[in-house]
Amino acid sequence: MFYPYNTLQIWDTVGEACTELKREYDQCFNRWFAEKFLKGDRGEDPCSETFRKYQSCVQKAIKEKDIPVDGVEFMGPNKDKPES
Amino acid sequence: MVKYFSGADLLKTTWDQVCIAFWQRYPNPYSNHVLTEDIIFREVTPTNCLISRRLLTKFSRAPAWMERYLPKHMSSSAYIIEDSIVDPQKRTMTTMTWNITHARLMYRTNPDNSNWTELKREAWISSRVFGLSRAIQEFGLARFKTRVTKTMKGFEYVLAKMQGETPTKTLAETATERARETALAAKEKAKDLASQAQKKQYV
Repeated sequence: MFYPYNTLQIWDTVGEACTELKREYDQCFNRWFAEKFLKGDRGEDPCSETFRKYQSCVQKAIKEKDIPVDGVEFMGPNKDKPES
Repeated sequence: MVKYFSGADLLKTTWDQVCIAFWQRYPNPYSNHVLTEDIIFREVTPTNCLISRRLLTKFSRAPAWMERYLPKHMSSSAYIIEDSIVDPQKRTMTTMTWNITHARLMYRTNPDNSNWTELKREAWISSRVFGLSRAIQEFGLARFKTRVTKTMKGFEYVLAKMQGETPTKTLAETATERARETALAAKEKAKDLASQAQKKQYV
């Protein structure tokens, strides 16, 4: 089956309603990350409000779509040892 | 059974730029398979490290011969989790990405030239599909290598754009050829193993 890439909206968030919130957050984060965080500035995070709004939208979408993100430890698979 | 792969790359740009690009690398011309990208967790630790979890959905079609052995939800789209830790003090970024392949990427400043950034890439591939595990591992490894090349190309594209250059052909091109050959060889090998395993099952 040929997958029609050109008819897909290939750039999106998992929650279609969250697009604008994501865009706002990303803009804020990228600025803070480059200008403050990487330069060692430990001041207050200016993006916490936009992040909160974006998160509440995207977490809702994750639940609705039943995406299995729960129960996965941070950097989890890292702890697996290669078996022979 | 788990297979281990490791490789290294050099990006001729600073660690800071690489980290900044890391968060802006979608979309890029090499990421057509990435459908969505979302940060689903992020915080700054007490030691001032940034930890994040990114959820990606990718269109990921396994070849027909493999598809019948995979669970249904894996046969056309994949959910990928990418966890990362950015340490601005140590100037390292470590990421962990997994689906059915497991990979870890570590970015740190190249010790010889502080303007360059070194990538160390390791992969563990494991599969529990009995009888075809080796074939799937080979295929998974081949696809991982192809993806890695795309990742590098995507990265270099975004970095060039950020630095105001017109993205041109990069040294990733030679890596692409090699990766393609390796991927093809592995794919053929995997097909062989699969048909052998199938014959064994039905005899």
